[in-house]
Amino acid sequence: MIDKQVKTTADAVAGVRDGSTVLVAGFGAVGVADNLLDALHEQGARELTIVANNSGNGDYGLARLINSGRVRKVICSYPRSGDYSAFLKAYRANSLELELVPQGTISERMRCHAAGLGGFFSPVSAGTKLGEGKETREIDGRLHVFEKPLKGDVALIKANKADRWGNLTYIKSARNFNPVMAMAAELTVVEVDQVVELGELDPEAVVTPSIFVDRVVVVGANV
Amino acid sequence: MIPLTREQMAWRAAQDLPEGAYVNLGIGIPTLAASYVPAGREVIFHSENGILGMGPKPEPGKEDPYMVDAGKNLTTLVAGGCFVHHADAFLMIRGGHLDVSLLGAFEVSEKGDLANWTTEDPAFPPGVGGAMDLAVGAKAIRVIMEHTSKNGEPRILNACTYPLTAAGCVKRIYTNLAVIDVTPQGLFVIEMIPGMTLEKLQTLTEPNLHLASHWQVLAPPEAPEARAA
Repeated sequence: MIDKQVKTTADAVAGVRDGSTVLVAGFGAVGVADNLLDALHEQGARELTIVANNSGNGDYGLARLINSGRVRKVICSYPRSGDYSAFLKAYRANSLELELVPQGTISERMRCHAAGLGGFFSPVSAGTKLGEGKETREIDGRLHVFEKPLKGDVALIKANKADRWGNLTYIKSARNFNPVMAMAAELTVVEVDQVVELGELDPEAVVTPSIFVDRVVVVGANV
Repeated sequence: MIPLTREQMAWRAAQDLPEGAYVNLGIGIPTLAASYVPAGREVIFHSENGILGMGPKPEPGKEDPYMVDAGKNLTTLVAGGCFVHHADAFLMIRGGHLDVSLLGAFEVSEKGDLANWTTEDPAFPPGVGGAMDLAVGAKAIRVIMEHTSKNGEPRILNACTYPLTAAGCVKRIYTNLAVIDVTPQGLFVIEMIPGMTLEKLQTLTEPNLHLASHWQVLAPPEAPEARAA
């Protein structure tokens, strides 16, 4: 019998290696797997590359990993969001590297890896500072830059409901990066509010199909 | 001569949003435009974080922590609205599916180059968010901004001094003094506030301005009435 549910968040993040690229879903503080981020902090992996839209809040979740010196590099579109003091301190101390990527380019680079493609040409950032050094091509008279796929070793996903196969649903705008990141990592780990019986999720409403999911852990009570 | 308020600038831009349009509003003054869509006109607002059919800010007591807009402020969903994931939200932006992208700006050039993502302040990390995506994809890219800087310096320039967000993308500029169209023949003033002259406006604008033959007086209501979108 397939059962992807694990008992604890520690089980969920077991085996994450030093130097891993970790896809951290969420937009601001919405749709972020904070419990898995805390578990990763406990687990102890170092030299992490984090892919996220923002750079963490306060001193929990991603910000806590940064404060503890576990993060070597952040790939994000907008680090200046909410209370990003943890990131700012590390950035000013030059203890982490920032790769700034337009928001749509980050999500598409991950989708591209998930789709088994070798990259894509995009008009976004062409002719700007963020496009400097990239391969360019004029397509239908418009300048494009080449973007490579972006792959995660592990994705930390926040969903609402799962079944034992790992089919997922989300709540409203907390969906954001979660479905794309769930598809783009070697190991996809999900914290959910609730696990329901197989067959209970409306098949028309499943957003992330189980094929992309490896581990599920129940953390909350937002039923 | 009284320059327009932020609300009046947003009101003016909202009058140009056509019935049935899918529209993304940038952070700042553009966000205000949602409240000034003329009564009886249905416009559908898109938010980069995966909301199509975004409504006004929630009434007190009806806040939902799972509903945030691009600025991470609490928002709502209108009837008919739906959610998509990030790659699809940006597919809509980049792929030309939005009718209008209404953006804030630091500077716009004569050719429609846009600078709105960084002032290169060395004390802070840069952030680009969805700015570059929003500046390339929509069918019409329009800017709302104050005509001059706080020091009175022109913000419509021969060439932008801040790093570009995208080249040649802006088609219309709404300022607190005028409405200006960016065309291959140059900048055409289509509206000016009462008492403004082309000569006076030119002293506040670096590139050469042309007065459109059909130009009109820019006179929004004194205090535009905000409606729930």
